[in-house]
Amino acid sequence: MLRFIYGDEIDRFPKLKRSMFLDRADQFKTRLGWDVTVDPTGEERDAYDEMNPLYVLWEKPDGTHGGSMRLLPTTGPCMVNDHFLDLTNGVRITSPFVWECTRFCLARDCEPKTAAALMLGGGEVMAGFGVEHYVGVFDARMVRIYRMIGASPEIIGAQGEGRDRISVGLWGFCEAARRTVAERAGIAPETSRMWFERAFGGECRQTLAQTA
Amino acid sequence: MGKIERRETLLGELERAQGLEQLQSAILDLRDHFRVDHMVYHWVSSDGEQFGCGTYSDAWVQRYVDQDYLRVDPVIIGCYQRFHPVDWKRLDWSSKAARAFQAEAISHGVGNQGFSVPIRGPVGQFALFTVSHTCDDEEWARFTEANRRDLILFAHGFNERALELAPGRTPEQSRALSPREIDAMTLVAMGYSRAQVAETLSISEHTLRVYIESARSKLGALNTTHAVARALSRGLIVV
Repeated sequence: MLRFIYGDEIDRFPKLKRSMFLDRADQFKTRLGWDVTVDPTGEERDAYDEMNPLYVLWEKPDGTHGGSMRLLPTTGPCMVNDHFLDLTNGVRITSPFVWECTRFCLARDCEPKTAAALMLGGGEVMAGFGVEHYVGVFDARMVRIYRMIGASPEIIGAQGEGRDRISVGLWGFCEAARRTVAERAGIAPETSRMWFERAFGGECRQTLAQTA
Repeated sequence: MGKIERRETLLGELERAQGLEQLQSAILDLRDHFRVDHMVYHWVSSDGEQFGCGTYSDAWVQRYVDQDYLRVDPVIIGCYQRFHPVDWKRLDWSSKAARAFQAEAISHGVGNQGFSVPIRGPVGQFALFTVSHTCDDEEWARFTEANRRDLILFAHGFNERALELAPGRTPEQSRALSPREIDAMTLVAMGYSRAQVAETLSISEHTLRVYIESARSKLGALNTTHAVARALSRGLIVV
């Protein structure tokens, strides 16, 4: 299932949290060889994990991490503006309607539908919170995966070659793309909406309505 | 005056505010314009300093401070360190303390409905912008749906101003337009279509949209036309 969890709540999901940071180490350090920091317990995390980001996660039936991405507002400190200005033509992208999406990660053994499920979750956040674009940082392999699931970003700039290639790209919100992604994920949009509502107090609302 | 023109004027008033008193007068005008019972902006710096402006009664503000309701208020608890806008119905009002707080807030005229926009600033500062009103759920849902975008926009308008008025502010770095944004805005101001601008700059229309949105945000403008007008009047672009 999809989960939407802020950094300061993730301790409530110890299994999910541990496996996410381990999978991130596996993807970004072991497989991609990025210059990221892995702590003595084997977890990859950086300064942006300390800024209370919103994680969108795919939780496997056994409660462990299948995939995830990390969202931050571009009005505050974020990776694209702090580190990748040379890939955005020097444009510091700052808007309440543009959020940053980084650390898109898939567990080694995840189901093929996981990437699409995460994109579907990203769409729920857009629709639910009035976000109009994501600006993301991702690797070469993700470019292919995004294309496969029908959610290709517009690439603004890239650096490096082969598997070291890092790109900055943009996603907009589009109803047609949302349907494609839902189909690839094999998840009804009503279901992902329900997961989103549940994470952000939608159930409270129903309870209130019933008692009113 | 049309709604959009009025909102441009109000943003202008906000941007010219030179101190707390003028921020207060801007928020009164804005509250009247949106026809809601209350509007509040509250700012907490990274070292814990606070200020704000708003339309709650003095008695309620005093009561809130005296009772230290910051520690009970589900709006504060639900929004602090977050960055997504939230309808108050979605917050956790289930505790006895929260329900008592809500009843008291309503008795002070705060309203039974609310919508809050938490804001994260460039140096980790936190702010909260809120509108509240007395009406039924359906009317409130219609209001927030129709006005969400502009409320977020005004929330950030207040925040930009607060950041500039805050002591020790380092000037302007975050709001300067990059050469690429200046190019894009100049071509838009010259009357080129988006497709033509994108082609001239060798970027996609999608990328252009984000560059224009980013420039709009930095200029504190309501929409692209307003952003162009502001960039021209400030001499940032020359046509």
